[in-house]
Amino acid sequence: MANWIPLWLHRLSSPPTFYRFAGTLQPWVTTLALLLGAIALYGGLVLAPADYQQGDAYRIIFIHVPSAWMSMFIYAVMGVASFIALVWRIKLAEVVAMESAPIGAAFTFITLVTGSLWGKPMWGTWWTWDARLTSELVLLFLFLGVIGLYRAFEDRRQGARAAAFLAIIGIINVPIVHFSVNWWNTLHQGSTVNVFGHSKMSWDMLWPLLTMTLATKFYYAASLFRRARTDLLALEGGKDWVRQIAQGEDAR
Amino acid sequence: MNAVQSFLAMGGYAAYVWPAYAVFFIVLIADTIAPRLRRQRLLRELRARFARQSARQTRAGNGSSPNPPAAIDGQ
Repeated sequence: MANWIPLWLHRLSSPPTFYRFAGTLQPWVTTLALLLGAIALYGGLVLAPADYQQGDAYRIIFIHVPSAWMSMFIYAVMGVASFIALVWRIKLAEVVAMESAPIGAAFTFITLVTGSLWGKPMWGTWWTWDARLTSELVLLFLFLGVIGLYRAFEDRRQGARAAAFLAIIGIINVPIVHFSVNWWNTLHQGSTVNVFGHSKMSWDMLWPLLTMTLATKFYYAASLFRRARTDLLALEGGKDWVRQIAQGEDAR
Repeated sequence: MNAVQSFLAMGGYAAYVWPAYAVFFIVLIADTIAPRLRRQRLLRELRARFARQSARQTRAGNGSSPNPPAAIDGQ
């Protein structure tokens, strides 16, 4: 391992250390996700006023947009972890990459379905082959491809390396999804929220959206920790620390 | 129409807004439950494997088996 990587990071990448670390953090991130999610739902569904053009249908935004952001964010995390896994052969990076894929697929699926449910009353169609929608569908197929390729190998680590390669190639789709509304003429509306500038949205509507975004980030952390811990137990099945956990944890 | 009814009506868009929220929650709940079940199954398998291993070691220690198996399960 390169010596510029801090020692604590190196230690954290050891499976038993990460297992304990994730186990300690998990209840906290779960609580934060639930709490922020509840606040965002109350703000978005109850407190925020109806939109002057879209009426109450716009309220789908509070789950659609955070899910769409998560689909790209999780893909980026999966891509970076895949790169680390291929270059430095760190087991934990493989686990993070491979266990991110199902969560990313879940958020991409939510994005597509909620978008469809929003498109029907606003555009008059469930689906159109437009740049934004099509590139998001490609993102779903990439996630499913990574999951499928990973499962296709008998040796899990070999499967992880093959799937990591696919994940890295697929990263090219992330900027395409993001910029599709600028690059092509599209039915999908442009960005409403701008991180570095003025957002075209009133604060009443913006804060529930940002709170839900934060909630989904914490949800991802909680889900990833849960999945990674299980995966580490499976990968390290013959080792002593796993034996201690398996025999100590009878009813949890 | 009272407040709850008008809330549930979502300005006439109830048929789109509520299914969207339902999908969001159903998918995320499934994503939470699936790994839990997998973890329980895995821990059961691991315990069974460790029990087999220690049983084999006890047998080998007693000298009842002249050629104790060298490999530890197929993993």
